[in-house]
Amino acid sequence: MLEIKCPYCGKRSQNEFSYGGDASVKRPALEKEISDKEWDDFVYFRKNPRGKHLELWHHVSGCRQWFKVSRDTTTHEIYKTSKINEE
Amino acid sequence: MMQKYRLDKKGYINRKKIISFKFNGKKYFGYEGDTLASALLANGIHLVGRSFKYHRPRGFIGAGVDEPNAKVQLYNKEAKNEPNVLATEVELVEGLTAKSQNCWPSVSFDFGAINNLFSKFFPAGFYYKTFMWPKNFWYRIYEPIIRKAAGLGVAPLKPDPDRYEHKFEYCDVLVAGSGPAGISTALAAAKNGAKVILAEEKPRFGGSLLSDEVTIGNKNGKDWADESISQLKSMPNVIVKNRSQVFGYYDHNMMVMIEKTKDHLENPTKFIPRQRLWYIRAKEVVISTGSIERPLVFANNDRPGIMLASAAKEYMKVYGVLVGKKPIIFTNNDSAYDCAIEFKKNGIDPLVLDIRKNSDSSIVKEAKNLNIKIKFSHGVANSKGHLRVNLATIGKLNNSKSSYENLENVSCDCICVSGNWTPTVHLSSQSGNKLKFNDKIDAFIPNQSRQNETTIGSASGAFTLKKSLEDGFSKGYEISKKITGKDTKSSPPTSNERSSEEHDKFWCMPLPKGKHYKRFVDFQNDVAVSDIELAVREGFRSIEHVKRYTTLGMATDQGKTSNLNGLQLVSNVEKKIVPEVGHTTFRPPYNPVTIGAIVGREVGKNYRPTRKSPMHSWHEKNNAVFVDAGLWLRPRYYKQSNETLSDAAIREATNVRNNVGVCDVTSLGKIDIKGADSAEFLNRVYTNAWMKLPVGKSRYGVMLREDGIVFDDGTTTRISENHFHMTTTTAQAVNILAHLEYYLQVVWPELDVNVLSTTEQWAGAAIAGPNSRDLMGKLFPSLDVSNEALPFMGFKEEDLFGVPARIFRISFSGELAYEINVESGYGIFMWEKIMELGKEMNIEPYGTEALSTLRIEMGHVAGSEIDGRVISSDLSLEGMLSKKKDFIGKRSLNREAFLDPDREKIVGVIPLDRKTMIPEGSHLVKDNKSSLPNPKLGHISASCWSVEYNNPFSLAILKEGKKRIGEKLYALSPLKNKSIPVEIVSSHYVDPKGERVRS
Ligand SMILES: [Zn+2]
Repeated sequence: MLEIKCPYCGKRSQNEFSYGGDASVKRPALEKEISDKEWDDFVYFRKNPRGKHLELWHHVSGCRQWFKVSRDTTTHEIYKTSKINEE
Repeated sequence: MMQKYRLDKKGYINRKKIISFKFNGKKYFGYEGDTLASALLANGIHLVGRSFKYHRPRGFIGAGVDEPNAKVQLYNKEAKNEPNVLATEVELVEGLTAKSQNCWPSVSFDFGAINNLFSKFFPAGFYYKTFMWPKNFWYRIYEPIIRKAAGLGVAPLKPDPDRYEHKFEYCDVLVAGSGPAGISTALAAAKNGAKVILAEEKPRFGGSLLSDEVTIGNKNGKDWADESISQLKSMPNVIVKNRSQVFGYYDHNMMVMIEKTKDHLENPTKFIPRQRLWYIRAKEVVISTGSIERPLVFANNDRPGIMLASAAKEYMKVYGVLVGKKPIIFTNNDSAYDCAIEFKKNGIDPLVLDIRKNSDSSIVKEAKNLNIKIKFSHGVANSKGHLRVNLATIGKLNNSKSSYENLENVSCDCICVSGNWTPTVHLSSQSGNKLKFNDKIDAFIPNQSRQNETTIGSASGAFTLKKSLEDGFSKGYEISKKITGKDTKSSPPTSNERSSEEHDKFWCMPLPKGKHYKRFVDFQNDVAVSDIELAVREGFRSIEHVKRYTTLGMATDQGKTSNLNGLQLVSNVEKKIVPEVGHTTFRPPYNPVTIGAIVGREVGKNYRPTRKSPMHSWHEKNNAVFVDAGLWLRPRYYKQSNETLSDAAIREATNVRNNVGVCDVTSLGKIDIKGADSAEFLNRVYTNAWMKLPVGKSRYGVMLREDGIVFDDGTTTRISENHFHMTTTTAQAVNILAHLEYYLQVVWPELDVNVLSTTEQWAGAAIAGPNSRDLMGKLFPSLDVSNEALPFMGFKEEDLFGVPARIFRISFSGELAYEINVESGYGIFMWEKIMELGKEMNIEPYGTEALSTLRIEMGHVAGSEIDGRVISSDLSLEGMLSKKKDFIGKRSLNREAFLDPDREKIVGVIPLDRKTMIPEGSHLVKDNKSSLPNPKLGHISASCWSVEYNNPFSLAILKEGKKRIGEKLYALSPLKNKSIPVEIVSSHYVDPKGERVRS
């Protein structure tokens, strides 16, 4: 069980959180004309990197905030956690 | 009362307390403080079981967790039984009953031992090779027979009557193992202000100090350990736990420990849990788990009476038990001389066989001074004795150690072997530490720590007491200083121990000339030298493959005694060095853990939380039969006399259509939405338009996922300009909230909107039926409830006899209907008022079954249609897709598959005979006689008995949808063995124009 530092609440056990996927994915703006490929990339295609991965987590059993986690997918080392509007 | 092998004085057992127990039906006696193993040995019992594959007689090899053979089935007082328990770990209590496993009809005459006679037919990979053909023989013949023969005890048939608990703890330093290194670390760290947990798997603290002849300061080892433990126990920042084994090292220093709290107690109180599982998040972990002695390997080295020298010594020192009176000590190193000296001091003359040419260590000198007979360059070539070893064939090894110069037979009743020591590196390895091979001790030791972990003492390959104490004190200080910032340093005490010289790397004795005896490496899985040689000869190279092919190290003991010998053998055969061969992966748990402990209190109704509506007690009192709806318990129907579910659903639904009914809808998800951009947000989240919804009105909405699939539906009401009340289905309430939070926080943070779940804050009652308006008039006498003042999809806030209430004119049943919400605490008040005032209108409560009936015959979709595969047009909801604005998932609706006009879409289905209920899940097919697989046109999603038409009616998702209305098809349910001729009709079976809800 990982220990994740919520930027709002501090260190908590993994079972308080849920995983939200790749944090680098940006939803295309509403009303914007985009190609099928751009849309498919957004909806379906995700990298599955070995190593460092920037991802979203949701503190569901806590403050209900979504935030970013920089995690190594092989060792589970967490380099950094940050609020959505932080780098 | 005879315990023939019990010494008069020795040991830490309580001789004042005699305990009786039963083993294989016979009564024996032991003392308080014994293990089942030590008590059996005191009675001269070595034979405890039969081996896994060949059913060979087996005895004790170890004295603790490393024991591979002595697995027994326990039957305790509560007539409960537990298989695969190590006799070396079971503490003796009055009335304990144990039996041998894997033998039939008895341990001394075992039918399966016939396998041993045919052992040449059971080589490595035997099962893989032999039973491959013919294919169907495997399931019918081979597998059941093998299963029976390979039984490891009998699984209990009744639920576990005991209670298990979980505990969460945090500490600065967790120390696993209370030997000299562990105690030193704990002392140094605790004195420097760290919060320390010291865990010991055995009942007694001290580890090797319990049986080694050493002094620390001016005390003997055990006294020092006892004093240190009491000192630690008196410190407020220290938790000291015995019978507590750290068995798992998980990510981010999450340690899992099992504490045995009950089985050793003679009269446990009713409320004591049997075991407690600790989840410990430790800032630093110190692994001081010690080391395990390796066996020496020779022909027939598995007979009862052949055991580890360290175990023989532990039985003498800790339990005052002699494992034999004519011992042979067989060793390749100095440590076994401790055992020989201990025998001698107790008046027994051992014979020592030492593979080495000589040794000048102080311990060997001490042995010589005691006139212990030592034969250097000698070893055991073979053993004899049916149920207990009684003869050893010993011999002098030639120079190359490939054969014997001479052989002679020596009678004996035990052979105590020592093949040097293997550090217990399981936890270090589990933490991600890449182990390295230490040539000096011929074993793997921890290398670079990946997590905050340090291994010390003999677990790190440092086998002297002096080093253990020094490392413990210095690491305890360094680690605690890092955490606490304090600087109180304590220094290690002086110590005295016997010095040792190097061991001989030789450990696998040659077979006597021309003989093909089995030499066992893995006792628990019956893996012999020849099996490993065969595997390598057959081309298995990776140690992981050799392991799986031969099953070496795959049993419950995880190769604690066999691992390294197996690796060395592979490296010998392959002429590689051990580090090139590598080692297999160590995985938690270190030792088997009872499932009950892992499950903890999460059993039965505590398996998951139960959510109940505020009106639950009323439902109970009124004969509600409940159904699980997610975590919620909802009334399925209210049983009257001998009604069936179907009778009740028809009665309740009919009453809604004819009079008025009330349904508890508290479990529906409710989300409060506030902020200046709330309408804009709803406009993006739902497929239809929301900007112009007037205050005081509700609207039905459908949400999609980004991939275009329908996510959920519900009504949302504009309470005021910037305040909305959203409802979701019971099933999706939690997911929808997370979904909304995601878009507000991650995608559109610029929107000024806040969302909050209010599901549990509001109690909800749906009032439905032609009499519902009259009832509303009685409930809210000062409110104008006319169709003009409160039309369909209207909303009002009004007091219900002084209690603030929200009134929504919405309908799921398709009837004229209202929904009332009050604060949860007033739920019962509301419900009872409804029942009281509705009495004259023939009100009846209705449950989820009637609710389903009502919605199905109206063609309203629910979870069985919104199944994660449908888009809006599949559900005839395409009219709700706004063309004027973008929304979540809209871009996906251009996908080719979604534009296909022949997609499966919602329709109604009725059986031609108007009688037969169509099972949900049935497939719709054109021809019921067609060969399998019969091409599927669609499936039945929901079925009910239509109370409107008094015949069965179903909803289905059918290829080409409405185009097929009027067609005759078959509904096939192979599970229920039914083939029903059906007709396709509109999904809006009742009131297709929706006049009732607007009446
Ligand atoms: Zn938080």
